Amino acid sequence: MQADTILETRNLTMRFGGLTAVKAFSAAIPRRSIVGLIGPNGAGKTTCFNMITGFYKPTEGQVLFNGGDITGTPPHHVCRRGIARTFQNIRLFSNETVLENVMIGSYLRQKTGWWQAVFSLPSSLREGRAVAAKSRELLKVVDLENLAAEKASSLPYGAQRRLEIARALATEPTFLLLDEPAAGMNPNETQDLMTFVRQIRDRFNLSILLIEHDMKVVMGICEHIWVLDYGEMIAEGPPEAIKSDPKVIKAYLGEEAVAHA
Amino acid sequence: MNAKIKAILNILAVAALGLFLWWAEGNLDGYMIQILNLIAVNIILALSLNLIYGFTGLFSLGQAGFMAIGAYVCSILILAPEQKEMLFILEPAYDWVQSAQAPFIVAVVAGGLAAALVGLLVGIPLLRLGDDYLGMATLGFAEIIRVLAMNAPRITNGALGFKGIPDHANLWWNFGWCLLTLYFVIRLVGSNSGNVFKAIRDDETAAKAMGIDVFRQKLLSFTIGAFFAGVGGALLGSLLATIDPKMFTFVLTFNVLMIVVTGGLGSITGSVLAGFAITILLEWLRFVENPVYIGDWELPGIPGMRMVVFSLALILIILFRREGFMGKREFSWAWAVGRFFKKAERHAS
Repeated sequence: MQADTILETRNLTMRFGGLTAVKAFSAAIPRRSIVGLIGPNGAGKTTCFNMITGFYKPTEGQVLFNGGDITGTPPHHVCRRGIARTFQNIRLFSNETVLENVMIGSYLRQKTGWWQAVFSLPSSLREGRAVAAKSRELLKVVDLENLAAEKASSLPYGAQRRLEIARALATEPTFLLLDEPAAGMNPNETQDLMTFVRQIRDRFNLSILLIEHDMKVVMGICEHIWVLDYGEMIAEGPPEAIKSDPKVIKAYLGEEAVAHA
Repeated sequence: MNAKIKAILNILAVAALGLFLWWAEGNLDGYMIQILNLIAVNIILALSLNLIYGFTGLFSLGQAGFMAIGAYVCSILILAPEQKEMLFILEPAYDWVQSAQAPFIVAVVAGGLAAALVGLLVGIPLLRLGDDYLGMATLGFAEIIRVLAMNAPRITNGALGFKGIPDHANLWWNFGWCLLTLYFVIRLVGSNSGNVFKAIRDDETAAKAMGIDVFRQKLLSFTIGAFFAGVGGALLGSLLATIDPKMFTFVLTFNVLMIVVTGGLGSITGSVLAGFAITILLEWLRFVENPVYIGDWELPGIPGMRMVVFSLALILIILFRREGFMGKREFSWAWAVGRFFKKAERHAS
């Protein structure tokens, strides 16, 4: 493993009964890069996310993070090590306020526990204020500070996506997985999102892996792309190479499109 | 509204409650005082279940089991050795049961701790279950505790139970514990740890992705809830002066569940208000169990009719106002003061 690789997967395979969802997925993701994972629906992209973040235990293969083996460790341990994620179908804590959602994200970095809070110990009060301040700061980053007291479920769609990212950032990750961050966004919002993803990479020293269907986003911000089709990696490389790869065009558009191209 | 004013208002509210209790002690009859006592105990029990079910989303029906543990442990500690000698007529008590003695406050805390310990131990296997299955398993747990109490005559005096338990649980103790529980739960639920409980209730998967050890947090909430259920059971035992295994059936859990659901799952204010309302109604509705005369035709009273009325009420609430009286809303001084001034303005203009 090279020194500048933050996450590496080796022959990552996931079988559900007779179905092979992902087959021998190997990728090395450079530190501080923005990279993409694409493929048609059902290609196994989210399954890859779930294996990396510990929600699925891979049938075969390994996940190495910062050189350490994290294969099959439970999700909360994975997060503690510095990998955060968002979900394809937004999963906010819908009854809680926008601010509380972000505060929940920073709980795992908190040093004082429940009983210090119950007895109002100074250390706990101090940390409570610090957590709230830090969370407000993150809300500023995603431009939601004015909605801090609103219920999360009352936000418009785009804002919910941004809140999910703020919540993930609150766990202080070094590696961020974004599952279709541009889904359901209009072209303007998508444009903002691309700038935003670059900004948070620079500001928080992140490496970012994203799943995305919007080719403009993928081609616009990813430095390297992996393409999955029916669980198998059919191509990898920089955006220009992927754009003109006949296998990729075939997977997305069918046999005929290749002939026309 | 700043913190100082809120603190002053809180102190005034507690002082007002104190004055009321002082007045009640001197002026109300025994029956009314008993109802007030039951209100305090029911609020403690409701807060305990609300923490587990309303805030953490764990559908637990084991309340009666924890109450039984609290009640038995506390009673054994406050019954005098001579009393115990008289009580255990089936089989003599074990020596350690016979000689165990503690002041009331220690006995109540011990009852709570025993319930919490059992909660922790049964929580480890049971909390791996989801939703309905957890409900069934905890229901089974409560029944097991009851059967154990029935079949351990050298500790619990079997089916006869205890009589003449010293009635230490007066208004001051009950409302003192009630306020303590209230303070504890408000502080806990309002902290970031409380946010974590609510996160687990809302979306367990997302909570895991946020680095939260979901199982551990569930266990924590369940154990704290069990502690207060044990405390409530201990106070109830001393209040009623008699306990036996028949007392700790599902009906007891059902009453608490009814208070929590009526008040609003996830609302502390709801549990307190419903604790008042339902305890009073449970007493007041006794008339439906008395015979009714229409002219000279007598409709005989049906024992248990109260519970039919309450079950119907619960069904109606679930059908038409599932979130309960309060939903997830809470009382706040800012809100109360705001309303007060609005009213005053309207009167002035």
